[in-house]
Amino acid sequence: MSKALLNINNLKVSFFTPAGEVKAINDISIRMEEGDVLGIVGESGSGKSVTAYSIMGLIPYPGKIVNGTIEFNGHNIHEMAEKELQNIRGNEVSIIFQDPMTSLNPVYTVGNQIQEALFLHTNMDKQRAYQRSLELLNLVGINEPEKRLKQYPHELSGGMRQRVMIAIALACEPKLLIADEPTTALDVTIQAQIIELMMELKKKINMSIIVITHDLGIVASMCDKIAVMYAGKIVESGTIDDIFYSPQHEYTKGLLKSIPKLNKKEHEKLVPIKGVPVDMLNPPAGCPFAPRCDSCMKICLKRMPEYTNISDDHKCACWLLQKKEYEAATGGER
Amino acid sequence: MGGYIIKRVASAIITIFAVATITFFLMFLVPGGPFLAEKAPTPQTIEALEKKYGLDQPVVVQYANYMKRLIFKLDLGTSLKKRGQEINDIIRVRFPVSARLGAISVCTAICLGIPLGSIAALNREKWLDRTIMAISTVGNAIPSFVVATVLMYVCGVVLRILPTFGLTSPAHYILPVISLSFYPTAYISRLTRTSMLDVLGQDYMRTAKAKGLSQFKSLFKHALRNAVLPVVTYLGPLLAFIMTGNFVVERIFTIPGLGSEFISSITDRDYPLIMGTTIFLATLLIILNVFVDIAYKIIDPRIKLK
Ligand SMILES: Nc1ncnc2c1ncn2[C@@H]1O[C@H](COP(=O)(O)OP(=O)(O)O)[C@@H](O)[C@H]1O
Ligand code: SF4
Ligand SMILES: [Mg+2]
Repeated sequence: MSKALLNINNLKVSFFTPAGEVKAINDISIRMEEGDVLGIVGESGSGKSVTAYSIMGLIPYPGKIVNGTIEFNGHNIHEMAEKELQNIRGNEVSIIFQDPMTSLNPVYTVGNQIQEALFLHTNMDKQRAYQRSLELLNLVGINEPEKRLKQYPHELSGGMRQRVMIAIALACEPKLLIADEPTTALDVTIQAQIIELMMELKKKINMSIIVITHDLGIVASMCDKIAVMYAGKIVESGTIDDIFYSPQHEYTKGLLKSIPKLNKKEHEKLVPIKGVPVDMLNPPAGCPFAPRCDSCMKICLKRMPEYTNISDDHKCACWLLQKKEYEAATGGER
Repeated sequence: MGGYIIKRVASAIITIFAVATITFFLMFLVPGGPFLAEKAPTPQTIEALEKKYGLDQPVVVQYANYMKRLIFKLDLGTSLKKRGQEINDIIRVRFPVSARLGAISVCTAICLGIPLGSIAALNREKWLDRTIMAISTVGNAIPSFVVATVLMYVCGVVLRILPTFGLTSPAHYILPVISLSFYPTAYISRLTRTSMLDVLGQDYMRTAKAKGLSQFKSLFKHALRNAVLPVVTYLGPLLAFIMTGNFVVERIFTIPGLGSEFISSITDRDYPLIMGTTIFLATLLIILNVFVDIAYKIIDPRIKLK
């Protein structure tokens, strides 16, 4: 196995709120090789963004890493000082956010905001940084780059602003680009363009990408691997084929049934997953999906299932796959 | 920009014209006259004086004469009480005194209010925030003449550490400036705190951090400029506040500025001086507000000057 670019081990992140400890990330492990495109899917509140922020060392107050390690590109992110993290952010790992309309500062020009990243992490002079920002705008497919550099965010469309965000993220040629729901706020045709752009860029610059989304369509068109998150846990992970053609976890199956397919017949209705997401302040002791799962068994309510390795890449945490252990634990009783 | 300036100049002329007209007629509705206070002048003397200054003519005729001189010669006339003194000269001598006091007070309010508000926001709900906001609440509630009187009594009369009369040395500025800037400082710090808290939660602040900017840099570059926008909007009312505050504070501290001159012109019924100072101050306020608009446009590129 080659050296991992990103290795997250048994990470737990909690928010210590006045109401109690919110276990936003509850024991997840992720491994990425250089050049991988990983999709993290899951419904809102499942901990996708917090995972992204953890990798950037940007967990917002009152959040904290409670346990586990994050190794990225030779750095131990989990134990680095803020000053050292600042050298990595925007340099070795970059992130683009959901809402391009609000992610750029309204009072500075596009050029200023791109060049800021360059001045921060390289020792380019003004002239060189200007050239580089022109290159970047060309790279992300923005026409009339000279003019755009002088414009303010409010003078650009949403799609254009997301391209600018990508240009900022790519300014220092990061090893890893995290895209946190990069197209959720954009309309469908622009979504497709942005996804295409990211895939093109990946080919041009050798970088890895994490795409965070609740849209399985995006994952299918971009990723090699998928991690399915539910209530702060990765309940299933595997290759595109594993997840789309032989999903194992009940939640993954539900997720697949809930997406529209072009070739679906009229009578095959979309089936939304019933029930409500888990209350993260008081998560259940066993499988977090138990309250919404049709196949839920007694043991599911009591203990969290271990991972079962279906193949080298394909893992799933569900008692249905742990027949032996389950029988040992319960003596065969359902 | 060109269209904006033409519009502003046109509206300024109309406003000043309206101010002049309203003031002129209001002035004559107030009982009393300029020569009554003189030690018991005979009716004949008064009549002679009134005739000399044209006060015996109908108000409308006086108004027409006044406006003619104002518009065609930019001449504000001569004072009735300070015989022979041109109003233009009085303003030329008195205004710089008020302007200096006012400018120092505005700068103080801005230079203290913005940092205090930012510090409060950054220490939200901690003791520093609570302390600053408590002082600010007090400042918001007390009018400047009360501040002036208390300061004068405590620092000038009881402790005798600061001068309370005139404006002849830097130390003389301390009490008047505190009196004038206390309320706006309090107001600006509250304004800044609120907008800073809003800005700190904005997505672009997250972007700034994700770029690798330090806390300090992202605050100074990305937060502050957005957070001061409401303060810039407040500059217009602030300037008006300082101007009217000057009237009172100059009176209390016996400062020979235009403000105290204005007050005495009213008690003296010195009609040309009332008109002159009013027109001058109205014009000044309008010009300052144009500068505020332009400053706002420079700080916030989204603003279109209309
Ligand atoms: N600043 C915060 N304070 C308290 N709880 C938070 C905070 N940010 C996130 N959380 C909690 O962490 C969980 C995961 O959030 P998030 O990662 O944003 O979900 P998503 O998968 O939608 O990106 C949520 O349940 C949320 O309540
Ligand atoms: S562990 Fe039990 S509750 Fe959880 S998904 Fe599997 S069957 Fe359903
Ligand atoms: Mg999210």
